[in-house]
Amino acid sequence: MDWLFFSEIGLAGIGTGGLYAVSGLAFVLIYKATRVVNMAIGEMMMMGAYIFIGFSVGLALPVWASIPLAVIVSGIMGGVIERAIIRPMLGENAISVFMVTIGLGSVLVGLVEIIWGADPRRLIEFVPSDPIFIGEAYLSPKVGYSFAVAAVIVGLFLVIFRTWRGGVALRATAGDQAAAYSMGINVPKVFSLVWIIAAMIAAVAGILVGSIGGVSPNMGVYGLSVLVVVIIGGLDSLLGALIAGIFVGLIETYAGAFLGGEYKMLATFSLLVFVLIVRPYGLFGTHEIERL
Amino acid sequence: MTSASPILDIRNIEVVYNNTIQVLRGLSLSVPRGAVVALLGSNGAGKSTTLKAISRLLELEKGELKSGDILFDGKSVRQDSPHGLVRRGLFHVMEGRRVFEDLTVEENLTAATYADNLSKAKQRFELVYEYFPRLHERRDGLAGYLSGGEQQMLAIGRALIANPEIILLDEPSLGLSPLFTEEIFGIIARINNEQGTSMLLVEQNAAMAFAVADYGYIMETGKIVLDGPTELLTKDADVQEFYLGMGGHGDEEHKSFRDIKHYKRRKRWLS
Repeated sequence: MDWLFFSEIGLAGIGTGGLYAVSGLAFVLIYKATRVVNMAIGEMMMMGAYIFIGFSVGLALPVWASIPLAVIVSGIMGGVIERAIIRPMLGENAISVFMVTIGLGSVLVGLVEIIWGADPRRLIEFVPSDPIFIGEAYLSPKVGYSFAVAAVIVGLFLVIFRTWRGGVALRATAGDQAAAYSMGINVPKVFSLVWIIAAMIAAVAGILVGSIGGVSPNMGVYGLSVLVVVIIGGLDSLLGALIAGIFVGLIETYAGAFLGGEYKMLATFSLLVFVLIVRPYGLFGTHEIERL
Repeated sequence: MTSASPILDIRNIEVVYNNTIQVLRGLSLSVPRGAVVALLGSNGAGKSTTLKAISRLLELEKGELKSGDILFDGKSVRQDSPHGLVRRGLFHVMEGRRVFEDLTVEENLTAATYADNLSKAKQRFELVYEYFPRLHERRDGLAGYLSGGEQQMLAIGRALIANPEIILLDEPSLGLSPLFTEEIFGIIARINNEQGTSMLLVEQNAAMAFAVADYGYIMETGKIVLDGPTELLTKDADVQEFYLGMGGHGDEEHKSFRDIKHYKRRKRWLS
């Protein structure tokens, strides 16, 4: 066993995991506040990445302006999505809302294909390309910087939720909408805000993922891996998304390196099944409280 | 009672669920400032619906206020959103307590700070813990693990944080032991006395409700059938039989449980 190789794979795995964690964060936020299982998370990431292409290539704006613009436009889109198709579903059956988000995913794919075409694309190179060495281990700069950004975002939200009163409003809304209203919490505003923020995070995640592997309209499949991450971490746990993200990233890359690429999915989904057997609510998810 | 305009004035409201089921049929009642008013009635009479109509939580359940008006502090509640109404000073403590189970006791109280200015609301945490020392002991525990009585305390505590002008209380005694019920009602009376908060109290436990209320309304099938100051209501023969369980014709007739349900009188207000 070559320890250098082993640790390099590990670093790459942690890097991938960081991206999973950020994407998971976008999912968890929505689930935590609105109890909507957002199947369109991968497509929202893809949309963000394509909007970035729109600004950086289409309008030929510099990268430092394109990224914030793409994030803002994605946020607006998130708000529109919530207002137009999620809000009317308020109070409907959870499965119906779930189906609506699947539909939303298809609509977003269609939109992207109409505007940018179905071919895979590469993003403009904006990550510094000097190799990073941690000790002797080499880390791809793209993965490294993406991980740094991801870590900052997830860390920021962890702190915000510990200290900010809005975190309580969010969880209260998720727990019992009518009761949240009766506390004076502006429930529709919580909904809008959460979708806007989640769409912005998804856009950042999409741009980071796209900068490593390029983008294509079927990047939404990435959302499936994100789903594995959040189920393992617990659908409503930010910390869970972080830890499960890194965990899944590691397992996936190790499986890819030592067993072969085709075992990646097998490894992560086996992990999913195992976690579901042992802890059905995820590693850090909330237990339903049963009072006897 | 008081000369000033009532804090809550319900005028002839009709409520329909799902556009098909009419629950309230021309109900009127008013709560004077600083008073505790009890609203009694059997199951399904529409008591909770009345409260939800006032706090506008009705719309979440596909109910609609078809006609009539509800004035809170002189202004119709029709223009307010449910959360806006809370900020104006009308707090609804819902039936079945509805605490946020996954949040700690303190976080539950924090959630209620949205009803008011944050710094002012924060100052009232001490007040809540003074009324309910038990909540202070368990402030870091999850609300879901509190006992029913403690959850009811928390529900009322959240109302205190919001510092409302009126609290709508929906069956605070639901599922509580007699001892807890007494404690809760003692505190309700204290809050009314010390904070000057008006209250509209929906109850099944008529004796308890009459002990704290100044005025009472009795409703059946969506209408008020009888109202009056509580001292008069407690003397009313119908109220005694149907709500206070004292029996209309003396107790010697209730010899076995088989007979107990056979009311000797017909409710006069029905007919």
